[in-house]
Amino acid sequence: MIELSRVAKSFGKNHVLRGVNLTIPRGQSMVVIGGSGTGKSVLLKSILGLVTPDSGRITLDGADVREANRDAFLARFGMLFQGGALFDSLRVWENVAFRLMRGATKLPKDQARAIAIEKLRRVGLKPETADLFPGELSGGMQKRVGLARAIAAEPEIIFFDEPTTGLDPIMSGVINALIREIVTEMGATAMTITHDMSSVRAIADRVAMLHDGLIRWTGPVADMDQADDPYLQQFIHGRADGPIESVR
Amino acid sequence: MSVLALPASALASLGRATFNALAAIGRIAIYAALTLWHIVRPPFYRREFFTALMQVGWLSLPVVGLTAIFTGGALALQIYAGGQRFSAEAVVPQIVAIGMVRELGPVLVGLMIAARVTSSIAAEIATMKVTEQIDALTTLSTNPMKYLTVPRVLAGFLTVPLLVGVGDIIGIMGGFLVSTEQLGFNRASYIKNTVDFLQTPDVVSSLIKGAVFGFIATLIGCYYGMNSGRGAQGVGSATKNAVATASILILAANFVLTSVMFGS
Repeated sequence: MIELSRVAKSFGKNHVLRGVNLTIPRGQSMVVIGGSGTGKSVLLKSILGLVTPDSGRITLDGADVREANRDAFLARFGMLFQGGALFDSLRVWENVAFRLMRGATKLPKDQARAIAIEKLRRVGLKPETADLFPGELSGGMQKRVGLARAIAAEPEIIFFDEPTTGLDPIMSGVINALIREIVTEMGATAMTITHDMSSVRAIADRVAMLHDGLIRWTGPVADMDQADDPYLQQFIHGRADGPIESVR
Repeated sequence: MSVLALPASALASLGRATFNALAAIGRIAIYAALTLWHIVRPPFYRREFFTALMQVGWLSLPVVGLTAIFTGGALALQIYAGGQRFSAEAVVPQIVAIGMVRELGPVLVGLMIAARVTSSIAAEIATMKVTEQIDALTTLSTNPMKYLTVPRVLAGFLTVPLLVGVGDIIGIMGGFLVSTEQLGFNRASYIKNTVDFLQTPDVVSSLIKGAVFGFIATLIGCYYGMNSGRGAQGVGSATKNAVATASILILAANFVLTSVMFGS
């Protein structure tokens, strides 16, 4: 279980997170929604230690993440980045097998490649893709490779940063379905940040809405449409009128 | 508006610029110390190191060779023309040799490396930062300092002295070709004068300078890449600042090294 307690982070005068409290139960898929620039990425990166919060506490299974052994801590995570963040200089299979070929549990090259190809197949890519470079792939294929890399070491926790940004609606649906299937079959804890409502409905067990540096509403996805929070309702229905300023 | 407002504002700007420059020097020094700390601690990424050896060393050979041969040739012409004024044109082989080995070889190779390698490293790492590849490395339990900086800096430190050695030889050859083909020097005596005149400390100083310049050029490329701002503008600024800083530091280090090695 991941717990955030009064997490705050500012960049200069910009107070991005103002005291976020959020619990992500083990084995659940939590989707954090919110407008652009509301600090969703900062929230996710704070958990991973890529951004250091100014105050507050983040725990994983009760232990403060700042006190954890860094390698052991990160080994429990997989992450799909917004733009894929694939390494341009490495072939697709080397990207997918990156973690498998390094560190204490390093696998032989042939074995790592075989696992990479299996993971590529799992996300709907043919084995021929393995020897291409990321620059030779379409946006949707890059997302799939990113997804294969995120699940390659079979992590307990997977983070998805805007998984459908830049994709057409059909490819978005494919990625959403893949994420849901993989999270369910791996039994992983998942945290997704997005502003795509089709992703929310496809991926989420629980939803949290981040607005103005605070969690505005959180609950099961089934309760989202009936919730009486005006901010949440404006966001999920994409209305220009409401308490959220349309010019930010 | 007070009469003193303008001078005070100029003074404030100067103060701010000085503080910023000192802060930047401090940050670069800390980054250099961290790099050295990581160089001696595993894991060591061999593949990245060999790739960097190729990029920094082997692929820089053409530009280093061309720079050196033209400079050596021009140097011979200048020394000959200047020497004629006081009937000392015979010293061309000696002055070309010492000029190339002690100064022009290391400095020009250093500046060429700053132009070719520092810019490429800064742009590559800055792009990796902008596209979240550096964050991805971290989440994959790989320290970006060890994976990106250490192999490049080590490759620069080891290969640039070799490039300087090659540049020195090609520069002297450039002087030799111009002197023998255009200025009428005897080939055998030109080579003998060059070899007899050069001393071991000249060559050693050249290689030491190369190692220091290689370290500076690659370190600064990595530093600015890792600290790049956002977007295309961030990558552009990182590259520009890296090349400018590396060039200035190489010239400053050259002065310090020359003072230390030959000042007395």
